Amino acid sequence: MSDFKVTIRSRDNNIHVLELKGYLDAHTTPALEDSFQKMLNEKKYRLIVNCKELSYISSAGLGVFMAFIEDVRANDGDIKMSDMSPKVFNIFDLLGFPMLYDIVPAEEEAAKKFDMTK
Amino acid sequence: MAAKQTYKSSLSIPSQTERLNDVREFVSGLARVHGFAEDDINKIAIAVDEACTNIIKHGYNFAPDKKIDVEIVRRGNDFEIVISDKGKQFDASAIQTPDMKDYLEHYRRGGLGVYLMKRIMDKVEFNLLSDRNVLRMTKTLN
Repeated sequence: MSDFKVTIRSRDNNIHVLELKGYLDAHTTPALEDSFQKMLNEKKYRLIVNCKELSYISSAGLGVFMAFIEDVRANDGDIKMSDMSPKVFNIFDLLGFPMLYDIVPAEEEAAKKFDMTK
Repeated sequence: MAAKQTYKSSLSIPSQTERLNDVREFVSGLARVHGFAEDDINKIAIAVDEACTNIIKHGYNFAPDKKIDVEIVRRGNDFEIVISDKGKQFDASAIQTPDMKDYLEHYRRGGLGVYLMKRIMDKVEFNLLSDRNVLRMTKTLN
């Protein structure tokens, strides 16, 4: 069975970080959907997804980001992504996701981008 | 003369998303043994994952007790993956290539599996036989 885990932590400036670990596929996407939904329910809209330990993503996983980005941005927030391995970035890149999402090398950089907007 | 067939291996899984990892490990392991680089191994695993996910979702409508057959055939430098199912007939011609700019701008969801498979494999062919769907994907070793 695929192993996947989301750990949520907070940073200064009302930023919340979702750390992804393992394999994100059609079986494991509910865990990420639940985490984004929790953030929305708690009105937390400044989100960084740290992909440092994300080993794998399929289109089912990419679909989760598409499902929440509109609501997050409608509330003046954003979903920024950081620390992707080249293997995972390659899949986002193949589908043109860098056009829509801020994907940066390190979490600190994502946090700074939020700082600039507030 | 037909290319010499050098290798064949197969795996059957029940139509359950929790088995996707097993299929990925099966094809990745063989792709590695056959000399693919890590980037290509990942792409092959994704293509197979996308195909099986589509079958589980659309072909079998999440019925968990159906079967998906995955066969790997190595012919010369071609690494061929043949995936068969007996679910709802899949008409690949009905699948349109998404305009990714429009897709992203309008926050669309889903429908990227076949597109991704076509982007990352060298050849993707869908065949509707009388009793099953057969998908054949090929990656060529450079």
